[in-house]
Amino acid sequence: MSLTAEKITYSYNEGTAAERPALRGVSVFVGRGGWVSVVGHTGSGKSTLAQHLNLLLTPKSGKIEIDGKTAVPGSSGARELRRKVGLVFQYPETQFFAETVREEIGFAPSNWGLKKDELEDCVRAAAAAAGLTPEVLESNPFRLSGGQRRRVAIASVIAMKPDYLVLDEPTAGLDAAGVRDLTRMLNEIRAGGLAVVQVTHDLKSALEHSDMMLVLEKGREIYAGTPEETASYLAEHPVKGLVLPPLVRFAGRMRQSGFDIPIISGIPAMLGALSEGARRI
Amino acid sequence: MKFAGGFSIGQFIPGESFVHSLDPRCKIAAAFVLLGGLFASSSPPDFIPWILCLAACSRASRIRFSSVLRSGRPVLFLIVFTVALNLFWTPGREIFRLGFLRVTQEGLAAALSMGLRLYLLVMFAAMLMMTTSPMSFSDGLERLMSPLRRLRFPVSEMAMMMTIALRFIPTLFEETDRILKAQISRGADFESGGILKRTRAFIPVLVPLFVLVFARAENLATAMESRCYVPGAPRTRLNPLEWSRRDTAALVCSAVFVIFSLLWNRHAAAAISSFVTWPV
Repeated sequence: MSLTAEKITYSYNEGTAAERPALRGVSVFVGRGGWVSVVGHTGSGKSTLAQHLNLLLTPKSGKIEIDGKTAVPGSSGARELRRKVGLVFQYPETQFFAETVREEIGFAPSNWGLKKDELEDCVRAAAAAAGLTPEVLESNPFRLSGGQRRRVAIASVIAMKPDYLVLDEPTAGLDAAGVRDLTRMLNEIRAGGLAVVQVTHDLKSALEHSDMMLVLEKGREIYAGTPEETASYLAEHPVKGLVLPPLVRFAGRMRQSGFDIPIISGIPAMLGALSEGARRI
Repeated sequence: MKFAGGFSIGQFIPGESFVHSLDPRCKIAAAFVLLGGLFASSSPPDFIPWILCLAACSRASRIRFSSVLRSGRPVLFLIVFTVALNLFWTPGREIFRLGFLRVTQEGLAAALSMGLRLYLLVMFAAMLMMTTSPMSFSDGLERLMSPLRRLRFPVSEMAMMMTIALRFIPTLFEETDRILKAQISRGADFESGGILKRTRAFIPVLVPLFVLVFARAENLATAMESRCYVPGAPRTRLNPLEWSRRDTAALVCSAVFVIFSLLWNRHAAAAISSFVTWPV
């Protein structure tokens, strides 16, 4: 059971004077319960890839497979397959339209024809998973704080009970506490068996939580590997717009100066590795 | 469902070509001269020089001719509709009949001419917008309209309104596309059911769009006011427009081409028309 994008190529405004290539043969794979981070600078094609995973765009070449089934965007089966992949857009709170949080979260399951009692259970479960208290359900979503709005937006997607959750820059516009809470929430959701594909330019978050990472630049896949491998690669081959956490950068410089210090993505592990290296020196 | 994905008519394409470098006033004036000349063409052979002129403009602007032609796709339906209307409803000498639909020799010529004229009009207007940034377009228009100030016409305010509108049209299309996709990804269905169901399905798109538009307008107004913008007050320019010899040359070339096309219509096109029995 997996979500796979294979050699996806896509251009915006194809065939017109304004044609702009966005993806050139990009592949990504995530199994159930996995966490893959797609990182890259603005305009690298991350959001375009996220939209392909939700079958919102039709690739020029390549294919999307959801649980072994080839998904054809626009086909009759695409809507059913799309349900398995929830997509949280960047600044998802701008898609709100309902008067209450309950209605907003219930939008997706009602589109799938859930009965009233099932719908209520579904809304409550999604709100709880996103860390929202029952009282918030009666609030106006436009009057919530930034962090809470983001939680409502995520709850409105997980209410569809997807198997894969694709998040486009989920921490954009949040303060440090908001980022920490959101990351904790995503880890809890993932512990429930949901696979996460996170599109971000926040390397720190990607290095700390992912199983695998994919680095994009100008629509091309330039590196794919574990967070450790990716951190080592980026320490030696800096990519414009991607800033490594200071400790990882420091370890990379030490390695370039001849010190045998491993590059580990997690900050506590990195501190341990550095003190171990210092002891050896 | 595609909304803004294929929208490219009149979208500015940055470049450093000869056409890009011309003064916007020259391009606007030349476009009016050319579009006026295009209206004087009536039979299909009349449009041969116009197609060549469009190809030359495309070359001079370093935009692929095939891409220029394809960028008119959004108006294709209108053109096909006009062509069909002329093809089947123009009286004359019948060529063949398809049930109650009659195709006449005159209808065929009228349909071809009307289709070509409409498409070329759109293409020339698109060439102007593709090679002129929204800011310089409104700058050019403001300068061309400046004599109207004497009649107390609010030229600067009009130009500012146009600049803002042109600047935000692509943004609004992008926002609409994004909201549409966000609701589709949450299972919204805009393509099935009757008119009422489809109209209601758009509420989740329209509400966030209005919220966004009003928020943007509010922010923009505040930002302009905080930077001392006063409607109608005289303002200086960071990059004043400068008319050069090449602008004069380009404008003269456009006028000469229109005169040439009129002569072509009278002599060469008339000869071709009589040869292939097109009614002129």
